[in-house]
Amino acid sequence: MSEFLQLLLSGLTVGAVYALVALGFTLIYNASDVINFAQGDFVMIGGMATVFLMAAGLPLPLAALLAVLAAVVVGLLLHRLAIEPARGASPVTLIMITIGASIFIRGVAQIVFDKQFHTLPAFSGSDPINIGGAAILPQSLWVLAGAFLLFAGLYFFLSRTLTGKALVATAANRLAARLVGINVTVMLAMAFGLSAAMGALAGILVAPITLTRYDIGTLFALKGFAAAMVGGMGSPQGALVGGLLIGILESFGAGYISSAYKDAVAFLAILLVLFVMPRGLFGSRSVERV
Amino acid sequence: MIDRILNSRLAPLLVLAFLVAVIPLVAPSNFYLRVAALVWVFSIAAFGLTILMGYAGQVSLGHAGFLGIGAYSVALGPEYLGLDPLVSLCLGVFVSAAIAWVVGRPILKLRGYYLAIATLGFGMIVSLVLNGESAITGGPDGMQVPRATLFGLKLSGSATWYWVTAGVMLVGAALALNIGNSPTGRALRALHDSEVAAAGTGIDVAARKLNAFVLAAIYAAVAGGLLALMNGLITPDAAGFMNSIELVAMVIIGGLGSVVGAVVGAAFLVVLPQALTSLHDYEQAVLGLLIMVFMIFLPAGIVPTLRRKMTERAA
Repeated sequence: MSEFLQLLLSGLTVGAVYALVALGFTLIYNASDVINFAQGDFVMIGGMATVFLMAAGLPLPLAALLAVLAAVVVGLLLHRLAIEPARGASPVTLIMITIGASIFIRGVAQIVFDKQFHTLPAFSGSDPINIGGAAILPQSLWVLAGAFLLFAGLYFFLSRTLTGKALVATAANRLAARLVGINVTVMLAMAFGLSAAMGALAGILVAPITLTRYDIGTLFALKGFAAAMVGGMGSPQGALVGGLLIGILESFGAGYISSAYKDAVAFLAILLVLFVMPRGLFGSRSVERV
Repeated sequence: MIDRILNSRLAPLLVLAFLVAVIPLVAPSNFYLRVAALVWVFSIAAFGLTILMGYAGQVSLGHAGFLGIGAYSVALGPEYLGLDPLVSLCLGVFVSAAIAWVVGRPILKLRGYYLAIATLGFGMIVSLVLNGESAITGGPDGMQVPRATLFGLKLSGSATWYWVTAGVMLVGAALALNIGNSPTGRALRALHDSEVAAAGTGIDVAARKLNAFVLAAIYAAVAGGLLALMNGLITPDAAGFMNSIELVAMVIIGGLGSVVGAVVGAAFLVVLPQALTSLHDYEQAVLGLLIMVFMIFLPAGIVPTLRRKMTERAA
């Protein structure tokens, strides 16, 4: 029982990070129909920039803030320089653009930072807390609480503020949004900025547990993508459920089956979900007009 | 005149044959022949994607998985079954086609992004299995591949491999061009434009898509097998995500649906890292930047764009 609980807790922790990455995918996908493969690199930028800013003598909160800002700038540049000029391109072309961006960001990161693994100090000590026979690191609570706050904040922003509602309107129908006077270009840029910020925060929260390096982005992107797909592309609840589900499945897979195939769980889950429910758990039925 | 030459069915094949014949005459050393042989090998894999993505319009982000299956077959066959490397290659191609046939059925029902992620998942699983089953595959360190002999002739050395790979590449190109001009090719292009319209004219869309997928898997497995035999060593990276991405980048940068374009794209992505070895730290950044620049400013690819320019001038 305690082993089960232990695996569940560690699965939830990683799952929360996947959920945040998936939410970033969802935000950008809803606003612009682009699947952003560079999403995982925002996670990397968050962790790595914080590590290096702290090494330069900044306190953690300030370093984290600057790291998030750095990721936001990268997100805005990605939108302005790579996505805007290719508007209307085919999905494959857009996928390749964001994959190119991801390779580029990784390439620059290994020059600006380095190729070593780094870690951040845990925010509030590393004495495990005992819950029903399972030990949980205080940092895991930070990750879970942080993910919860980000979800709640985003929900509040999208449903209670005028700017947030404008973003939702843009996602629903760009042309109609423009007709009611919403600046669609600003909204699209905002989606990229927000999702970069979210990825970077996830990266900072999880760095003390999972370590960080210039190339961790790919796996986070692929698993976040898997989470978004499992939940149903374009659905924020789906991103949350999908992320937690992939995290838990992965943790159980590693614990009960084989740790060598930990990473395969996410991909098997995608294939199974797509074969059985091609629109994911929460995805809307799409009808193709001919 | 130019128009007629460019539109002739034999033109692409003549261009490729000319390149194959000329390169050994101008190559200053065996190193260049080796790089050229690598270009031919990756061209073969790219031809498969030309059929799948260019003709049929179905994306695969996991195609290196099939390349990996072909590559590992020439290492595993001799090691565990005592087979000749070339027999193992044939077996690997068969296995790859069989897996594509089984996996392709459910996967090809998906479209767009969903198809992309499903194929990506498939490729990742292949590379994870090759990494994970280290007792059989040697894990991340990879496996040695025995030298192959053809009609008593030992296949080794850059010059030998140049001609072997060039020969297979030309056969592959001829087949891909033929398929493009056949009823199958026209059916694939029709379903590329509109699946509903294609089905309306009596094309069995699901079966045609599956044909293209299996063909692409065969091309990739042949390329993988040749790559492993030529290098004498194979690692799971061959089946990895980055390799899948590079294969897709080859066909898009060269020009989707163009056989010569596939070779140009393969040459671009094979030669580039060789040219950048002095700037090793910047290799990834430059590669990423180039992929972005090509996708944004030249989405049609090099060969179709050049072709359009040439016919415009002629007209």
